[in-house]
Amino acid sequence: MSEQRRSGRLSTLAAAYVVARRDFVAILFSRSFIFFLLGPLFPIVVGGLAGGIGQSVKEQADRPELGIAMSAEDVAAMRSAHQRIAGQIGLSMPVLVTVKELAPGEAFDPAAAMRANRANLAAIVTGTPAAPVLTGPDERIRDWQGRVALLAAEARASSPATYPEVTLAGIATSKADQTHSRLVTAQLGQTVLFLLTMLLAGMVLSNLVEEKGNKIIEVLAAAIPMDAVFLGKLFAMLAVSWVGITVWGLTGSAVWLAAGGSLQDYPAPALGWPTFLALGVVYFSLGYLLLGSIFLAIGSMASTVREVQTLSMPVTMLQLLNFFFASYALSRSGTAVELAAIAVPFSSPFAMLARAAQDGAVWPHVAAIGWQLLWVAVLVRGGAALFRKRVMKSGPAGTVKRSLWQRLRSA
Amino acid sequence: MDAALTKFLLLLLTGPAIPARSMKLGEGPMAGNAGNAETRPLAIEARGLVKRFDGFTAVDGVDLAVPEGSIYGILGPNGAGKTTTLRMLLGIIDPDVGLRRVLGHDRPHEVAHTIGYLPEERGLYPAMKAYEAIAFLGALRGLPLAEGRRRGRELLEEHGLGYAADRQIRQLSKGMAQQVQLLGTLVHDPRLVVFDEPFSGLDALNQGKLERMIRALAAKGTTVIFSTHVIAHAERLCDEVAIIAGGKVPFAGPVDVARDRIRPQVRLETRASDGPWRSALPAEARHEGNFWYFSLPESGIEPLLRALIEGEAGILSLSIERAGLHDAFVAIAGEAAARALEEEKEEARR
Repeated sequence: MSEQRRSGRLSTLAAAYVVARRDFVAILFSRSFIFFLLGPLFPIVVGGLAGGIGQSVKEQADRPELGIAMSAEDVAAMRSAHQRIAGQIGLSMPVLVTVKELAPGEAFDPAAAMRANRANLAAIVTGTPAAPVLTGPDERIRDWQGRVALLAAEARASSPATYPEVTLAGIATSKADQTHSRLVTAQLGQTVLFLLTMLLAGMVLSNLVEEKGNKIIEVLAAAIPMDAVFLGKLFAMLAVSWVGITVWGLTGSAVWLAAGGSLQDYPAPALGWPTFLALGVVYFSLGYLLLGSIFLAIGSMASTVREVQTLSMPVTMLQLLNFFFASYALSRSGTAVELAAIAVPFSSPFAMLARAAQDGAVWPHVAAIGWQLLWVAVLVRGGAALFRKRVMKSGPAGTVKRSLWQRLRSA
Repeated sequence: MDAALTKFLLLLLTGPAIPARSMKLGEGPMAGNAGNAETRPLAIEARGLVKRFDGFTAVDGVDLAVPEGSIYGILGPNGAGKTTTLRMLLGIIDPDVGLRRVLGHDRPHEVAHTIGYLPEERGLYPAMKAYEAIAFLGALRGLPLAEGRRRGRELLEEHGLGYAADRQIRQLSKGMAQQVQLLGTLVHDPRLVVFDEPFSGLDALNQGKLERMIRALAAKGTTVIFSTHVIAHAERLCDEVAIIAGGKVPFAGPVDVARDRIRPQVRLETRASDGPWRSALPAEARHEGNFWYFSLPESGIEPLLRALIEGEAGILSLSIERAGLHDAFVAIAGEAAARALEEEKEEARR
């Protein structure tokens, strides 16, 4: 032991830094961080696969076929006309399928053919191009009436129609496009924010439960204020998430740029991309701190993983409601609904990020950040107080086992 | 036989005279150490600490005065309120009622950098290396991390664990991990060390090492306070003890004073089985074989010796045994608490 004492009293922030540094390093060099980094890949891969399969199914299901049963000559004329028109109007022209090339005088019952029909045959055109008969369900035949007429007219023409070349004069965006794009940006921003905050709040909760399992929490509580433990844990996970976001951002940008993407192709959010992205990080951080402090308080009351799940479920549901609330307020800019979404601390980061995409004013962000910070402080203090009250109750053998309900009530 | 001979015999049999003090159980809890508290500054002072959990009173009016530089034991069975008392003293939890003062501060966290604490439920991060764990515990107490790492390695070397410095905690045995945590408790060279049941889980060899470590700490002026349910440790180590049972402290003070709470026990062997000398024996004297057992009378041993000699009882042997801390505990805390203590000791041994 040394001859002189060299340790000094730690301030709350310094103590929080000691905890945060330990947690940050421990998480960063753990296997779970690799999975955390790979996390977004799973929804992308699964989403991609599901989307591909879904698209294929959709294409199969959504492109009903128009059957044709005419004489061989008429069928050929109709098919040729279809090819020309489809070249001009694309997918809005139904797929043409030859049901039967009729011999002269051969009778054909389209209604019977429809009843015995293959899956995607939505209607059958019979007769001749001069007098086509469209047989099928009412809604469908009314919808296709014009297109079949166009097809028949093209088939009847002695020579193929010539279509004039339309000169295209594109502009970067229209007001309608811009509004729509900003709405999409806002929605995307909110969704990413929600997913990230939920993921990290869950991680910080697991971290605390692990801490309780390691039984080191009492050592921490004896050495430093519980506020510092809370702050340290919250900010460690926040720092981890920044590392994750940086890695994801850089990787995503590299892939996007390699694929020829550019932000200039896309209408900028109202505050511009740099400010929007910076505010995204700020609102993500505040959203996470708000939710994380609630989850930490929950962790203080729970002693098993099952209890954690039981307690965190209602909070997760409430957060989902907050997300929906902010999403609902998205398209109601300037209304009382949007103001309410901004005022409720847990939906505020989502609502404000959406606002950053849609509205160019800066001062509401300054006010909202202050408001959210105030709530973070309140929740961290409250959570720490609850933790002190609930966790360090008694010696191990003296602990009276009580139901979760009893603990919740007494908390 | 004259008075000189009587005195000589008495000295031969009993050694220096034992003061026959009159004390009543249930005296003021601070009475025992009041003298010490006045002469030595106090590392810890607590008055009327009360802590309730959901209607259950875990600690009910605890008073403590721990002199600086002393080894102080808190004795009591599980559930008596030892851990809760220590947690209140350390500021882990706040008392519902009462005052505490630790190293001159009302808020223990203000002096956390001069305190070391080893909780009963040991815990370290399993993935940390041993020397890093020590450094981290030091950092929590304000020791710079680099300094903590250096001292962590030094301490491990000093205690024969240098080979394990770079091993992760999960790779160490339970006993080794416990030693690492103990070293982490001391790495910042605290003025006050608080151990909650420090001997539990240690083998006899390591218990001995810990006892030596506690003595060494006290020798250099560090105040050591520990809770235990093993009276032998407290008896061997402590200058003062607080006996705690049912959340109350019926006694707090020097170990000697606790032992003096019950009268020394006399065992007398006589050649004659009867005679006029019998009337000199206390009324509660018990006769088993050739032996008589009774508490030392308040008047001392001299009148009895005189009566035995003059009555020609034929003294074959006479011993006066001062009460042990265990007997004192039984007398102070009650049979039930003592039984609970014994059961816990047995359980720990198993």
